[in-house]
Amino acid sequence: MAGSTLEIKNLHVEIEGEEILKGVNLTIKGGEFHAIMGPNGTGKSTLASAIMGHPKYEITEGSILMDGEDVLEMEVDERAKAGLFLAMQYPSEISGVTTSDFLRSSINAHREEGDEIPLMKFIKEMDAAMDYLEMDKNMAQRYLNEGFSGGEKKRNEILQLMMIKPEIGILDEIDSGLDIDALKVVAKGINKLRSENFGCLIITHYQRLLNYVTPDHVHIMMQGKVVKSGGPELAQRLEAEGYEWVKDELGIEDETVEQKA
Amino acid sequence: MTVDTKLPYEKDYVNEFSNNRNEPDWMKSLRLRGLELAETLEMPKPDKTNITKWNFSEFKHELPQVEQIQSLDELPEEIKVFVDLENTKQNLLIQKNQTIAYRSTTSELEEKGVIFTDLQTALEKHGDLVQRYFMKDAVSIDEHRLTALHTALVNGGAFVYVPKNVVIEDPIQTIYWQEDATLASFNHVIVVAEENSSLTYVENYISANQEEETVANIITEVIAHDNAKVSYGAVDNFAAGTTVYSNRRGVAYRDATIDWALGGMNDGNSVAENITHLMGDNSNSNAKTVTVGRGKQSQNFTTQIRHFGKNSEAYILQHGVMKERASSVFNGIGKIEHGASKSNAEQESRVLMLSKDARGDANPILLIDEDDVEAGHAASVGRVDPIQLYYLMSRGISEKEAERLIIHGFLAPVVNEMPIETVKNQLTQVIEGKVN
Ligand SMILES: Nc1ncnc2c1ncn2[C@@H]1O[C@H](COP(=O)(O)OP(=O)(O)O)[C@@H](O)[C@H]1O
Ligand SMILES: [Mg+2]
Repeated sequence: MAGSTLEIKNLHVEIEGEEILKGVNLTIKGGEFHAIMGPNGTGKSTLASAIMGHPKYEITEGSILMDGEDVLEMEVDERAKAGLFLAMQYPSEISGVTTSDFLRSSINAHREEGDEIPLMKFIKEMDAAMDYLEMDKNMAQRYLNEGFSGGEKKRNEILQLMMIKPEIGILDEIDSGLDIDALKVVAKGINKLRSENFGCLIITHYQRLLNYVTPDHVHIMMQGKVVKSGGPELAQRLEAEGYEWVKDELGIEDETVEQKA
Repeated sequence: MTVDTKLPYEKDYVNEFSNNRNEPDWMKSLRLRGLELAETLEMPKPDKTNITKWNFSEFKHELPQVEQIQSLDELPEEIKVFVDLENTKQNLLIQKNQTIAYRSTTSELEEKGVIFTDLQTALEKHGDLVQRYFMKDAVSIDEHRLTALHTALVNGGAFVYVPKNVVIEDPIQTIYWQEDATLASFNHVIVVAEENSSLTYVENYISANQEEETVANIITEVIAHDNAKVSYGAVDNFAAGTTVYSNRRGVAYRDATIDWALGGMNDGNSVAENITHLMGDNSNSNAKTVTVGRGKQSQNFTTQIRHFGKNSEAYILQHGVMKERASSVFNGIGKIEHGASKSNAEQESRVLMLSKDARGDANPILLIDEDDVEAGHAASVGRVDPIQLYYLMSRGISEKEAERLIIHGFLAPVVNEMPIETVKNQLTQVIEGKVN
């Protein structure tokens, strides 16, 4: 069997007592590229965070399975070791920990004890990936995300993705704040991973990234649910016409979940 | 209320101690004056830490016989780790049980007229120079009982003197190794950098007395003359039995820089005071301290930078990790005197709590007596950020390892400043041992 399968079934998620996801269904298989699009505040990041195990999100109903294994029973690090990866919309800054040390710890966490990656091999791989992403080599010695520009943070997430080589990658707004050149570089990094063994969920607000990373499936999310699915042409229509027609078609009045009082 | 004003050592003892060391008369008189003052002066009162019940009187002062270390290979493993054994040309002084036991210097030092020796030898050979600086411009004998007692009982230390225009590239390293479990350390370190000179000095204090009680009463005086630069690194690693009072003070004249990187790794009760006087215009100082508190130890860290010179710059950083039932107080004080216009006083005190029974207190204080200045402070006491943990763990790193990375990162501002690789590694090891 090629690659892994991530299944999300009827997922309901609350944050601080407020229901954000209201029954999401989605299946991503190795080799498939999915895109989730939707207006701001509809729960896209909530979905990504719930899959990875963010401490603030509470799953109230539904299930997430990775090759049949219950992801919700796993600690965050176990999810990563099961093959999940989330490029975060807002990666943390960690003072005093160099990007390079962090990357090496991450890679070693995916290997058996006693089988740590040899330092030279690691440096070679990291240098190659950084070259590929046109990153300044000094960044490896800078503290993780500290003082990084928005674009540097995004590239750093893709660097991690390329080096960890997960089974399923979830990319949350990896394109936001990138200029066109940076966007192309990031897309190049994502496309390099395309294989039977890699499934990808690209969360984005704009269709721009999808011009460079062509998805097999496009889903529209509104009000905490996947409301429409289709092929790449769906993204193009959203780009051309916005979300109004979707709302009209489905009889949705306000595209965001209710604002808190 | 005083607990016990009786001093552990009398006038005759001090007199004889000084005679046996063939000290100059001025030194002996100063000792005796210190002893007198110690009877009447009050103990220091570090802000927010009560030290009245701490042991400052139970210790042994008589020095044991010390055999010279012929070769670094003889050193026990726990001391060896501080030394770069490969490096045969280094500036290294090892003091064992308050007596110099090993000294090596590069030819560079000799050629350039640098003095780098133990205090006793300095008193013999460079008495006038020592007299010029000992308890003069930086610390005063009569500040409180511990400075007076220190003067009376000084029994070790080092003297470093860098002449005008001399720049020393290789760091100067000292190791103060207290092998004798009850012997007190009354170490006095003087570092003088003349005009336009520069040097890097790194010291390690180490003892192993878990149970046996003793005292360390340490004073450091750093003088940076015009346009001189001193980088001072220290790792204090006294074992739980030692009560520590350490007073590191710097005086920076015009265009001079004094940078401190201090690792407070003692396991017993400690008061650590680090004060820098920015006397000259354009002088500056970075004063960084990190610590890990564990067990039941109580610590008080006061870092103060006083601006007298115009356009003087100061940055104070204090980072503490507190676990178990340890408690620490961090006082960061930026003081800008009237006339020190265009000065900048910045400070940051942060405490990371690893246990609910630990206590950490960060007190940033700005005292400003001048209008045309800049100043700022940040202080926080908190736990390991769960979002940071989540981020690291989302890459497969275990919770324990993630926490370890965050803690080491938190202490990195001082660890990374250690200019000697072996000392940096050793400090990392000590931190590792303490946080696990
Ligand atoms: N930490 C939080 N606390 C409270 N509400 C939140 C928090 N994070 C997100 N939300 C709310 O959840 C909803 C969905 O947010 P999010 O998943 O980030 O949307 P998207 O990624 O689609 O823009 C929004 O209404 C937002 O206000
Ligand atoms: Mg989002």
